[in-house]
Amino acid sequence: MQWSWEYFFQYLFSGYMVAGVWTTVWLAVVSMIIGVTLGVVLAFMKMSKQRPVRVFANTYIWLWRGTPLLVQMVIIYTGLPQLGIRLGVIESAILALSLHEGAYFAEIVRSGISSVHKGQEDASSALGMTWAQRMRIVIVPQAIRVIIPPLGNQFNLMLKTTSLASVISMEELLRHAQQLAQIEFRVLEVYLVAACWYILLTTIWGQIQIRLENHYDKPFGPAGKPADPKDNVVVSVAAPVTY
Amino acid sequence: MTEMPRIIPSAEPRQLGEPIVEIKNLAKAFHGVEVLKDISMTVRQGEVIVIAGRSGSGKSTLLRCIDHLETIDKGSITACGHLIGYRKGADSKLVPLTDKQIAIQRRDLGMVFQSFNLFPHLSVQDNITVGPIRIMGIDRVTAVRDAQELLARVGLPEKGNAYPSQLSGGQQQRVAIARALAMKPKVMLFDEPTSALDPEMISEVLDVMVDLSRQGMTMIVVTHEMGFARAAADRVVLMHAGKIVEDADPETFFNSPKSEHTQLFLSKILQH
Repeated sequence: MQWSWEYFFQYLFSGYMVAGVWTTVWLAVVSMIIGVTLGVVLAFMKMSKQRPVRVFANTYIWLWRGTPLLVQMVIIYTGLPQLGIRLGVIESAILALSLHEGAYFAEIVRSGISSVHKGQEDASSALGMTWAQRMRIVIVPQAIRVIIPPLGNQFNLMLKTTSLASVISMEELLRHAQQLAQIEFRVLEVYLVAACWYILLTTIWGQIQIRLENHYDKPFGPAGKPADPKDNVVVSVAAPVTY
Repeated sequence: MTEMPRIIPSAEPRQLGEPIVEIKNLAKAFHGVEVLKDISMTVRQGEVIVIAGRSGSGKSTLLRCIDHLETIDKGSITACGHLIGYRKGADSKLVPLTDKQIAIQRRDLGMVFQSFNLFPHLSVQDNITVGPIRIMGIDRVTAVRDAQELLARVGLPEKGNAYPSQLSGGQQQRVAIARALAMKPKVMLFDEPTSALDPEMISEVLDVMVDLSRQGMTMIVVTHEMGFARAAADRVVLMHAGKIVEDADPETFFNSPKSEHTQLFLSKILQH
């Protein structure tokens, strides 16, 4: 079978593919929102003073990062019914994607928060801020600019990883491509169309990410980078008597 | 030194008030290493105390304990009428205070750090108003007016819209002093405020501190700046290996110190 541009363009603009694209987009967005929320909660649990809380968070992250998403998804969709827990395709896909994302995002949030200079915590405490005020007013706004680039990276991955949900028959982009391929066996054309749609999505996201990064750099003023106290450090010298 | 400072030792002794900070038998260890051993000290209202000592002597830890940035193992600290960080529970055991209660205690104590620690994502003006507005609930107009007064007082009236990254170290430290003063503290704590500064910026910060002391602010200053101690301190305290080994007025401290540690410290500092 020869390569056919005709089929390629027919698939590219087919409503069936566009419907798949739309499912991929909302599946990625919903899973990301839940995953990010979960990741933030886990990150703070990891930094908790209570040992059991830390152990729980660390164990969760260890399990969900240590096993393949595909295996998790299949367990949730086809394994859990054995225990009487029956989840639909959509619920299973969202659950697997967001629980998996949460484990990765927890590490990103934790490292973002610990990237904020220790002196910021001291200064905001000394000013009389409670823990919640320190986080909201001082620490988180500085951590966000460290978190945004890896967050964007994770969403880029998420847009593509949703394709795994085709295995549990989620009607997303790859699944629709597979079904078209089975009708006319124009396998190369239809999968290249799918690839084109994925790259369009990740490219659009890349542009949004650049704008987000610029937006969160703004509060740091025209110089664009936070002052590094080390820039001014000279070796602490004993007092010159001249004063 | 590019220019001679304009500090004249004050002629008349200051009027000192009631004790405002009382430290009793304070002890503190980090991972089994005793950093502070049985420290007792009283600071009266309006008094300026300079704490000196080589690095590792525990002077910064002592200061951080007063603001409860470090927890304490033994003893007690009372500041501005509060038992810092704890309350007396049943059978007079010390019970740690909540996050909120500690935050309220800290409003009475202003602190200035070696590394300035300005908030880099906020303008200079916002650095100063963030405390009054977000913590004290003061209205924005009043807070901004107060901030402008404070900026004028530390010699930076034009810098309200600048960001910390655009300022020199000396300017950042003066903003940090203004930020602490904006909370109207009763005591100011300075943790080596000039140690991270280039030499030519040291005096601009010390000038602000001397002005503050003249206005009657109670100050506890950890510093190596013996010129400041001579000019502004009521008492100079020398710490060595976690203990206070000398606690005297500047005259006695510099001219006839009792402790051999003080003599050694002074000989090292003054030989250059």
